[in-house]
Amino acid sequence: MPNMSMQKVKMPEQDPNVRNKNFEEVALGYTKEQAMEEAARCLNCKKPFCMQGCPVGVPIPEFIQHVAQGEFDEAYETITRENALPAICGRVCPQENQCEGQCVRGKRKGAESVGIGRLERFVADYHREHGKKKELNIEKNGKKVAVIGSGPAGITCAGELAKKGYDVTVFEALHKTGGVLSYGIPEFRLPKTLVQSEVDGVAELGVDFKTNVVVGRSMTIDELQEQGYEAIFVGSGAGLPRFQNIPGENLNGVYAANEFLTRVNLMKGYEFPQYPTPVKITDTVCVIGAGNVAMDAARTAKRLGAKEVYIVYRRGAEEVPAREEEVHHAKEEGIIFKLLTNPVAIHGEDGWVKSMECVEMELGEPDDSGRRRPIVKEGSNFIIETGTVIVSIGQSPNPLIRQTTPGLDTQRWGGIIVDEETMKTSKDGVYAGGDVVTGAATVILAMGAGKKAAKAIDEALRSK
Amino acid sequence: MYKIVRKEILNDVVELMVIHAPFVARKCEPGQFIILRATEDGERIPLTIADFDREKETITIIYQIVGYSTKVLSKLNEGDELVDFVGPLGAPTALHKSKHVVGVAGGVGSAPLYPQLRALAQMGVEVDVIIGGREAQYVLMADDFSKFCKNVYITTDDGSLGDKGFVTTKLAELIEKGEQIDEVIAIGPVPMMKAVVGVTKPLNIKTSVSLNPIMIDGTGMCGCCRVSVDGKIKFACVDGPDFDGLLVDFDELIQRQKMFKSEETHICNLTGVKR
Repeated sequence: MPNMSMQKVKMPEQDPNVRNKNFEEVALGYTKEQAMEEAARCLNCKKPFCMQGCPVGVPIPEFIQHVAQGEFDEAYETITRENALPAICGRVCPQENQCEGQCVRGKRKGAESVGIGRLERFVADYHREHGKKKELNIEKNGKKVAVIGSGPAGITCAGELAKKGYDVTVFEALHKTGGVLSYGIPEFRLPKTLVQSEVDGVAELGVDFKTNVVVGRSMTIDELQEQGYEAIFVGSGAGLPRFQNIPGENLNGVYAANEFLTRVNLMKGYEFPQYPTPVKITDTVCVIGAGNVAMDAARTAKRLGAKEVYIVYRRGAEEVPAREEEVHHAKEEGIIFKLLTNPVAIHGEDGWVKSMECVEMELGEPDDSGRRRPIVKEGSNFIIETGTVIVSIGQSPNPLIRQTTPGLDTQRWGGIIVDEETMKTSKDGVYAGGDVVTGAATVILAMGAGKKAAKAIDEALRSK
Repeated sequence: MYKIVRKEILNDVVELMVIHAPFVARKCEPGQFIILRATEDGERIPLTIADFDREKETITIIYQIVGYSTKVLSKLNEGDELVDFVGPLGAPTALHKSKHVVGVAGGVGSAPLYPQLRALAQMGVEVDVIIGGREAQYVLMADDFSKFCKNVYITTDDGSLGDKGFVTTKLAELIEKGEQIDEVIAIGPVPMMKAVVGVTKPLNIKTSVSLNPIMIDGTGMCGCCRVSVDGKIKFACVDGPDFDGLLVDFDELIQRQKMFKSEETHICNLTGVKR
């Protein structure tokens, strides 16, 4: 009999007032019993809408049935047929817009979908702690493929191709693998030991990771082709941060979110001076923007000891682009939301931030994005006293590859142009996916692109 | 891992290392830089390339011990290995064929200036250099420059070598003498580059500078190294590090370099590193 409870089995979490002072993971994960109880809520639909919502096509009802039966190894096998990084997806996918958004259990008013993300996470974590290593039996085909960037798009593409027998080399610009999973998403949302263990899993498939190689500088795509790489996948990620072009953005105390998060996550600035890369924080912090990155920055600032942390966003609550769960967690942890508020200047004293001047906004008619256009309320200027401003309003794709690769067509804003079915670019043998194509998006969409490209590369090279 | 093939102590605060780094040595050009980490968990330290050997696949770096992380680096010796060494980063210097270029180096600025002037000399440009330092021991690479520079001018604050005074005094003197200078390339501490531009800007002499803002990834991701050039935000790691000196906001850069001064003092005090 299915469990007909309208609500998901609650996942234990650290208390908000405890966790906003540490970097330990917020959500603690299901126990075996909780997972089986939640799995029993799945109706195992004949027509599983949930799967239509999954960019990588995980056989969701099938793995959940295994969980319900306590067959956790089988559940893991089922997920990893389609998704190489379940521990990561279970934590950072926007399930409410994907699998869980389609789940019939969530359709009735007040009802919650099956906790698919939580179950995926449980299965991955259980396997990491208890699972047996599977004997690998990969027949090598002797064909070389290069992958640029070891973020979600790159590692997915590399893993898929390695399973098919390709000799895959991943070139990573930083000293650590994982891309945004390592430098961007904070420890409390995605523990770094877990990221490394997922990357290790891909390395065990035979993928060779080369760190400290910046393609576009250390070597070019043309040179990789000359070296015999028959296909190249570009997953170099989002690039330079955008700024608002308001006065005062270069004052000391203004960070781009990427810089702030890189200092804390990649360089472990929160453990300064044990780790020598510093990060400076003041009693009040203003984060401009309301995407997932902004939530990460705000919650990180709080954990570093800021007393008052503001999210300053020019549109309203309905337009907030961050995941609901992130907004909920941020509010629980004491982050203050200043919506319909737009910064117009950052004021300084002796070169350091002292305050931020904002105006109030109201919503007008829908704009090109379909969202209601924010309009300035004239004369509504006001000042927030603050020593730190973190700008989190998006990035433009990394310029190095497009600048050094003749024949690679890009959008006017810098994104690489691809065929959406195959992720093929305008340059022969070169594929691309993830943020370098779409602009800043989600981990799972990047993974989906990496997977699509792997399939297309396999088809192209096999018919060669 | 990247082996330290050779180490040399140049004066009481400046050292030279030759590092085996094939990916960098095969491709680097004058003006580009590298980022290294001396040890696991260490800071990423950006340094401009002083020289390279394509055959031996080595890179020469020259660094001044200014704080905690450069002190950690200086503890390593020939035969030891750096955990990370990535590059070449930044855009190569745009080298123009002209008649006469004057290089101006302050302290360790000699290091990045050296490959730029050498490349110009190889192109047939007449090259002079003005090297400045607080005292004689801080005047770097004069012998190296003399191999291809027509004139090597030296200035020291205390007069212990060359002329007593600043590099700008010498530069102004050359201009006053009526020397035709097509371009000045100034590399050194930011106040020095600012002072050089103070001399060249009123005369509208083309002046290139190499900027060294605080940097983390160095690959066009984090946005930390932004500088204002002609009133616009530029990123030194991908748009530079060379910029048109006449358009750079030096005061802002000097201010931005102070961002983590107190943290640097704190870690130095804790670990007993003298600054």
